[in-house]
Amino acid sequence: MVSVKYFAWVRERVGMGEEDIALPASVETAGDFIDWLAARDDEFAFLNEQKLVVRVAADQQMVSLHDDIRGAAELAVFPPMTGG
Amino acid sequence: MACAITVSVVGERIDPARVFDAFDTSSADDDGAIAQFCGRCRGESGRLTALEIEHYPGMAEAQISSAASNAASRWPISRITVIHRHGKVHPGETIVMVLAASRHREAALEAVQYVMDYLKTDAPFWKREWLTDGTQGPWVEAKASDDKAHKRWEQP
Repeated sequence: MVSVKYFAWVRERVGMGEEDIALPASVETAGDFIDWLAARDDEFAFLNEQKLVVRVAADQQMVSLHDDIRGAAELAVFPPMTGG
Repeated sequence: MACAITVSVVGERIDPARVFDAFDTSSADDDGAIAQFCGRCRGESGRLTALEIEHYPGMAEAQISSAASNAASRWPISRITVIHRHGKVHPGETIVMVLAASRHREAALEAVQYVMDYLKTDAPFWKREWLTDGTQGPWVEAKASDDKAHKRWEQP
């Protein structure tokens, strides 16, 4: 099981802040993870269009869509950051 | 010389004068320069009643610490402190403070600017607007100019 967190408008659109997910072995990269979420149900389908916009973190480190995320205990999906 | 790094993400109002005073008082005699940046919530000509800042606890602190330690390896600074708010911040209130001390001003000034440019694009904080009519406004969109400001530090 991997703990998945959502922030800001991603959190609002999926309707939850976090959940535990058992990812299939076919999910190897951050891009695979976004595709898998988008295909899972209607609330997540917007990720198809937002794949190049949203950011992914694995164990609180930023990753690119082609990075391997297998073995991460915590994943997060969020919009581009607007701090400072 | 090792640089003392202090990072905090707080839910209470930041008092900039107190933060500066504490930093100034605890700086060393050889710290000839202190540079400070204070980012404040804009009222947008009366349109906003607040900005609400969401953050990713743990990762926010880690990303800021990483920016601060990159700055410390790049410039000869002796101390750096970063404080960032989360929650609802009202116009005129402080959102973020970055302070750096060094022997000479250039290192301190550049380190502060570097940390701010990094923090804007890489620290997991998100702002949403609250409008004067009491309604919730949109999420603030990331700016291309912030990406550009960040990228200039990557050039050799």
